[in-house]
Amino acid sequence: MIKTFKRGGVHPDDCKLSADAAIVPVAPEGTVQIFLAQHIGAPAVPVVAKGDKVKAGQLVAKAAGFVSANIHSSVSGTVTMIDKVADHLGVRRDAIVVKVEGDEWLESIDRSPDTLTEIRLSPEEIVRKIAEAGIVGLGGAAFPSHVKLSPPPGKTAECLVVNAAECEPYLTSDYRVMTEHAEELLVGVRILMKALKIRRAYIGIETNKPKAIERLRSLLAAESEGITVVPLKKKYPQGGEKQLIQAITGREVPSGALPVDAGVVVHNVGTALAVYEAVQKNKPLMENVVTVTGKHLSAQKNLLVRVGTPVSRLIEIAGGLPESTGKIILGGPMMGKAISNIDAPTQKSTSAILLMHESESRRGQPSACIRCARCVTACPMSLEPYLLKRLAERSMFDELESNAAHDCIECGCCIYSCPANLPLLDYIRLGKAEVLKRKRSRAAK
Amino acid sequence: MNTIAFTILILSSLGVSLAVILYFVALKFKVYEDPRIDHVCEALPGANCGGCGFAGCRAFAESFVKSADVSALYCPVGGSETMNKAAEILGKTAAAREATIAVLRCSGACELRPRTNSFDGAPSCAVMSATYAGETGCGFGCLGKGDCAVSCTFGAIAMNPATGLPEINEELCTACGACVKACPKAIIELRKKGPKNRRIYVACANRDKGGIARKACSVACTACTKCKKVCPFEEITIENNLAYIDGSKCRLCRKCVPECPTSAIAELNFPPKKITEKIVAGEQAQKN
Repeated sequence: MIKTFKRGGVHPDDCKLSADAAIVPVAPEGTVQIFLAQHIGAPAVPVVAKGDKVKAGQLVAKAAGFVSANIHSSVSGTVTMIDKVADHLGVRRDAIVVKVEGDEWLESIDRSPDTLTEIRLSPEEIVRKIAEAGIVGLGGAAFPSHVKLSPPPGKTAECLVVNAAECEPYLTSDYRVMTEHAEELLVGVRILMKALKIRRAYIGIETNKPKAIERLRSLLAAESEGITVVPLKKKYPQGGEKQLIQAITGREVPSGALPVDAGVVVHNVGTALAVYEAVQKNKPLMENVVTVTGKHLSAQKNLLVRVGTPVSRLIEIAGGLPESTGKIILGGPMMGKAISNIDAPTQKSTSAILLMHESESRRGQPSACIRCARCVTACPMSLEPYLLKRLAERSMFDELESNAAHDCIECGCCIYSCPANLPLLDYIRLGKAEVLKRKRSRAAK
Repeated sequence: MNTIAFTILILSSLGVSLAVILYFVALKFKVYEDPRIDHVCEALPGANCGGCGFAGCRAFAESFVKSADVSALYCPVGGSETMNKAAEILGKTAAAREATIAVLRCSGACELRPRTNSFDGAPSCAVMSATYAGETGCGFGCLGKGDCAVSCTFGAIAMNPATGLPEINEELCTACGACVKACPKAIIELRKKGPKNRRIYVACANRDKGGIARKACSVACTACTKCKKVCPFEEITIENNLAYIDGSKCRLCRKCVPECPTSAIAELNFPPKKITEKIVAGEQAQKN
């Protein structure tokens, strides 16, 4: 039987329009804007100044603390500005702006096409190297990877779960990585296993990607080294960390706990490739695969993009912005954010640019809750979204906490399944943020 | 006949015996409450708005009667008059505070602050503010969804559909501060009411650099420092690319108002300027 998580979930049309488009590198051009905070944790501190010449791969901002990540220049050129720049949500944040001049990489980066399979470094050296390369989780949350590879004292990881579910509709960047860079990716998985000193790894892939499953299985046929490919049922949010752990290992991550408490560490498949490149090829995280897609877009693309490239340029490469576009989303349609600034730069964890047609971009007119409890059925975290929404609207934070609003993973299943078009997640997100704030201030006391 | 007599007898004896029981129960479980709490409560406005920081007027009255030091307690709705009345009952001295009123530190009406996108989510400023910067290029100004109007228990705030901004009714505003708490952008401020309700304040909260602020909104404060230079009392401060006039220190000379190149400084309830010969001469000189 095909594995899946137990509770909730929805089945949106997968719309993988760009699945057959091979990854095309985008040559750097113009200027790039590189944010100092592209990860969860403290923003990095710049180590370059205005007017400095930088090479692609050069460190431009240093991690400020343990939960933070190094930032590298993605292009070669001159630093023209270190100032606040509007991000995709219109919020001005600190960034380093580099004017592109040629494409000169640091000499230490190995740009040869060979796959280096032999892992020479020790686990500690691997973790250090990953931290130096500024690798963050490419599944969306952008959590610094070296933190996940250093379990807190007293806790040990027993197995690694590689998240290759790619359950969000439209997204194909992970799929392309799996079909085009399968060997490198498996080396990356082995590096992660070595760093965690564990012998078992599972790669969870939804069954709507049979070619990827086949490709990885054929590579693992001769020598699996503890790596198993696990086909998963196509159901959203199969790639949610807690859902994936439950589907593959049958374990539950307790409320408020980390996956490592259940003996599991989860890394995204894109992260595994970035880890391979960092450890074997000395290449920091400075480019990633971005899917540019949309039903009314003239070309569907999977692009290898330097961090900091404007969104507008990527849309231009995919045939330009159609007149009938109603909404541009950074990420997938379920969890991605609609953007208000088309010139915003991409970030390390940007996985897709999705253009929605006018006709499907508007939300329906909300009406009264009819107590059908579809949101309760759909919630993969066993919450009661209709109740949480009402509590959040009334600012009843104690009740929100006792109803575990902080467990919400913001997957959007509730709002997707609501026949009354209620803005459930909008309010739950608000309540969740306040509950987390209260929890943190209590913990600080 | 007998039936009627028995009924009356039984019911009246039942009534008398229950009354006796109730009398003793009331004696036994009597809770003493300071009668002054009632008196103070009567003196308060009774709006239960929560502006004082208590759950309602009764809770405030209780605290007012019980605490020895009442200098921190103040009912913004009733003002000094109510507070003196309440203090008189107890023979205490109430804190004297200047009357304040809510002002909106944003004047970015629709036509002055062009929209760059449209928000499709729940019609709430709090939700919108948690989602992104807003529908215009200004990430600091009014979001226009009316959380302040909803929060106002006195009906003093109404959204103006033409400007997209809330309008504060000076007659009805009691400075309870509910709107200040409700606004996620923190652009509503309680300011000194001023003599004859006259006030001068910077009606902008944009902390972006001048050029960016100006591009987003034609009435944005660009921190050009002109107002600061012209202020004879040096009461205008400029911090984070934003001018701020200290309401408690401003002497309402109005010199800064015409000086502002973007008209970001608002003046309220002043009589129209007299057209003196000097001003006319000045205007003619400008034309020439």
